[in-house]
Amino acid sequence: MTAPGRPRRALLVVSVVLLVSLIAGLAVGAAVISPRAIALALLDRLPLVSLHSGLQPNEEGIVFQLRVPRVLLAAVVGGLLALAGAGYQGVFRNPLADPYLLGAAAGAGLTVTLVVVFLGGDAGVAAVPVAAFAGAVGGVALAYALGRTAGRAGGTATLVLAGVAVTSFLTAIQTFVQQLKVDELQRIYSWILGDVGGGWEQLRMIAPYAVVSTVVMLLHGRLLDVLSVGDEEAVSLGLHATRVRFAVLLAASLATASAVAVSGLIAFVGIVVPHVVRRLAGWSYRVVLPLSFLGGAAFLVLADTVARTVLAPAELPIGVVTAFVGAPFFVAVLRMTRRVET
Amino acid sequence: MSGDTARPGAPAVETRGLGVTLGGRQVLADVTLSAAPGQWLAVIGPNGAGKSTLLRAVAGLIPRQGEVLVNGAAVEGLRPRRRARLVAYAPQTPALPPDMTVYDYALLGRTPYISYLGSESARDREVTRSVLDRLDLDGFAARPLGHLSGGERQRVVLARALVQQAPVLLLDEPTTALDLGHQQQVLELVDRLRLADRLTVVTTLHDLSLAGQYADALVLLAEGRAVAAGPPGRVLAEPLLTEHFGARVRVEPGADGRPVVHLVRPPLPAPISAVEEG
Repeated sequence: MTAPGRPRRALLVVSVVLLVSLIAGLAVGAAVISPRAIALALLDRLPLVSLHSGLQPNEEGIVFQLRVPRVLLAAVVGGLLALAGAGYQGVFRNPLADPYLLGAAAGAGLTVTLVVVFLGGDAGVAAVPVAAFAGAVGGVALAYALGRTAGRAGGTATLVLAGVAVTSFLTAIQTFVQQLKVDELQRIYSWILGDVGGGWEQLRMIAPYAVVSTVVMLLHGRLLDVLSVGDEEAVSLGLHATRVRFAVLLAASLATASAVAVSGLIAFVGIVVPHVVRRLAGWSYRVVLPLSFLGGAAFLVLADTVARTVLAPAELPIGVVTAFVGAPFFVAVLRMTRRVET
Repeated sequence: MSGDTARPGAPAVETRGLGVTLGGRQVLADVTLSAAPGQWLAVIGPNGAGKSTLLRAVAGLIPRQGEVLVNGAAVEGLRPRRRARLVAYAPQTPALPPDMTVYDYALLGRTPYISYLGSESARDREVTRSVLDRLDLDGFAARPLGHLSGGERQRVVLARALVQQAPVLLLDEPTTALDLGHQQQVLELVDRLRLADRLTVVTTLHDLSLAGQYADALVLLAEGRAVAAGPPGRVLAEPLLTEHFGARVRVEPGADGRPVVHLVRPPLPAPISAVEEG
């Protein structure tokens, strides 16, 4: 806050990266289309602007019917996952916290697997978002309850450990269900490894949840900053630390569930993006949260672009791309955290 | 500043029958103490006596039995933000996010004055800047907390507590991990601020001579009970210290008449014989 120049510069950098990745996402694919023509065609669609883009009708169809919804979905999912990661990190004061550490993603994964396997068909597809939210909240609630009963002395660390235990447990059940229904395995696996090919329908489906969770989290930036000096001091400053944590926890879980419901399990976005944003913009959650959303959007659009081009015409699951970048990154962050602690 | 519930003539801080149970263990029992407005009260006692717990209970951070009153009004029913405007607390080892700047950290002291979803006002920034000026920290405002020395860190924590503008200041071992010179600087600073703003200061201090030199009154805690209270000359008495610290001490009046506590070596025991190789 004392040096407002840094967040402003970071906002500029992240916005430019997002813009470039959006255009790249629209231009690159089985058919490569001129980015300039795409930019012109997009501007042409704005009110009061009339431009000749030079796009062929079939190219226009590819861009606006196939790629725009796909790129938008990737952007929203990436934004939600990064925002959820930053939110969890604020709640647990742990740079390694993310939707996958706290039972949220595992909970959503389990309930969605149950729905896909046992309901199947259209009913199953329709139930996916509800199941994902119930599972995510259930997973975190379980971790939260476990952490509270087990963690008289601990607090943060106990909660994260409880989350890890819940994650392992829920993943075990999920694996069991998968083995039970080996014939359904193919369907589950393609979902588990992530996919943002759903389009407008899926965007509409998660829009309300995405908006609510994003707004709630962005409103809590200052309060997460207060929480960063520790629960006890935050309480001594008159903050309802438990209430703040709970609100952010719920919002982050809702964001996770929305993302998981339409794209399956895409790991590491929640760790990589907030960490890079902190490097650029500083520590304050008032800056880290919104920039994580933008950065997450850019990251996943790029990952999706890579996923559908490296093996073209075949598509790589997007989770493979994020893991390829994210796992080494995770280890680097882990090493850094250890060094600070010792 | 003292709040509209103030009762004239009441102690600034008072506990009545204060008890704390942590993890099924009675850590504090029936502690009754009081500090007059503008007074410095030091809580002393052997390790594990419950000194820090006492401060945390007064600050309202842990569940407790009994009563805590500030300016004669019970803090029990107060909303947290209201309570935080009356009582500021600095823990023994505060969490200092290494990338946070001194200014932003001090600004956190304004939290009790900001609504849940609000943000800092111009006045909040002004108060913060003036406190940093007063503590000679204005040159440090943009420096990250991770780049401070021990003495600077202690001053920054004090600044955050002062920015809170609470009439009661609870400091848990404010001189921990400081060398002699910095211990003295920090305590002198606290004393000057106390006199200037008529703050009531309650500190835990493990150094008995320092406690005797700076505090107007002492409370000696042992095994969770207040076993002695009063002016330093009365509490820092050889029999009491021997009994509760298990230490051989000699107490002498210092230059200003306040007691100074010296450790005395016990008579040499039989030498511990070296292990012989068989």
